[in-house]
Amino acid sequence: MAEFRMPSLGADMDEGTLVSWLVGVGDHVERGQVVAEVDTEKSVIEVETFDTGTVTELLVQEGERVPVGTPLAVIAEVAEAAGPVPRRTATRTRPAAKASTKPAPKAGTKPAAKPRTKPAATPAAPAMAAARGTARVAASPLARRHAAALGVDLSTVAGTGPGGAVTTSDVEAAAHATALATSPSAAPARTAEPEHTAAVVDEPAPVAPVVPRSGAERQASMRHAVAEAMARSKREIPHYYLAADVDMARATHWLEAHNASVPVTERVLVAALQLKATASALRAVPELNGHWVDGAHRPAEHVHLGVAIALRGGGLVAPAIHDADQLTVPEVMAALHDLVARVRAGKVRSSEYADPTATVTNLGDQGVDVAYPVINPPQLAMVGFGRVRDRPWAVDGMLTVRPVLTATLAADHRATDGRRGATFLAALDDLLQRPDDL
Amino acid sequence: MDDAELRDTVLKVLGQVAPEVDLDDVEPSEDLREQFDLDSMDILDLAIGLYQATGIEVPEQDYAQVVTVDGAVEYLATHAVH
Repeated sequence: MAEFRMPSLGADMDEGTLVSWLVGVGDHVERGQVVAEVDTEKSVIEVETFDTGTVTELLVQEGERVPVGTPLAVIAEVAEAAGPVPRRTATRTRPAAKASTKPAPKAGTKPAAKPRTKPAATPAAPAMAAARGTARVAASPLARRHAAALGVDLSTVAGTGPGGAVTTSDVEAAAHATALATSPSAAPARTAEPEHTAAVVDEPAPVAPVVPRSGAERQASMRHAVAEAMARSKREIPHYYLAADVDMARATHWLEAHNASVPVTERVLVAALQLKATASALRAVPELNGHWVDGAHRPAEHVHLGVAIALRGGGLVAPAIHDADQLTVPEVMAALHDLVARVRAGKVRSSEYADPTATVTNLGDQGVDVAYPVINPPQLAMVGFGRVRDRPWAVDGMLTVRPVLTATLAADHRATDGRRGATFLAALDDLLQRPDDL
Repeated sequence: MDDAELRDTVLKVLGQVAPEVDLDDVEPSEDLREQFDLDSMDILDLAIGLYQATGIEVPEQDYAQVVTVDGAVEYLATHAVH
């Protein structure tokens, strides 16, 4: 029996709205299948399951906004699901407000064994409450940081998330209530006194209504999400920056020859060469590929290369090309092409947002010579590329003109030192001199 | 295709590449990259779209000739297979 949970789709996400279920109770699902659509602050994302089996319960109804980690559905593995599957639909009709205002009321009083005696007849609600009551997080990491930043004592905040989990909205409401309560006095210190928080308990934040967001609202929430992530990055990550000029003559010739020999539909952009070279260089310097989590350096096993993609009309997302180091350059190009199209059509999958191990930004099209990236936490590094421009270049003591690209590395100094960063840039340069081998 | 049909074709492809563009606002002699913030992926998509609509492949070295609507119409007219 596996629980399908609200995924974390980036450092800037602490809750999401279940927009729609693409499967129902009794449906068979395969690992990697898109089973639901979730609305984050940035966009609607197709969420995949990590399990293969049969959906036996839907725990959260469409339109509910729940914290990251909340169980959304129960999936029985094939052997478990061999028996008759109880078709429970009660959860679909359960009001969202009830779920959020009465967090797990009987989880502690009901004997755990009781539901097992009458599996088919047991209403979904107790199972739901039990599942939520045992949720390990009382607050998401983002809510904790938010509370720390605002000087709010989490233990005094009434959580409106399922299981009583405290969300960032709760933290903001508590901070706001405290500020209002203390504003008439001259005391600047925030005092989270019980009587102040009581007001918050009486008026929990309402569940987000199920209405499509307007373009302006989407813009505002996108900006908020980017702001949260970038502020956290600059607050927590001691960046170091290195830059190197790369002679792109060989790479440019390779591209011209390749693109002249294939149909227009298979042409490759210089960005694909840069992405593949970056992925291979990360494989060569694995300390830069991964995450910094709970005060520890966690190198990643795979290279899932995030690509910063600007949305038309503003906003920025950075989903991943999975196992980019294992792909050929044309395959990277196809993946990039597909990703950009899906980002702009709002069809990105959850795994692509959830697991980039390093990210690349390319501002060359905008005429930028040198990019100084801000790392997307909790990643360890971000690589920036400017435009390929003709520059004077010395070769064997002679001055010539070459197409030159400036590559930059922003890296987390907690995880690596400049020397490893320099090794990475040297590897990147070397790889771009050998485009046939990429 | 005459020039009017080619112009319709170019605008239709532009609409597919950048759906947010109001085709009535397109300045036919101005660079599309600057008018609508198109990037190299968009220009590649434009070349693919023109190929799919007309059968004419625009080589990379000719991209500069098709980044305005007027330029694209002229290019397609010149390179059309008669």
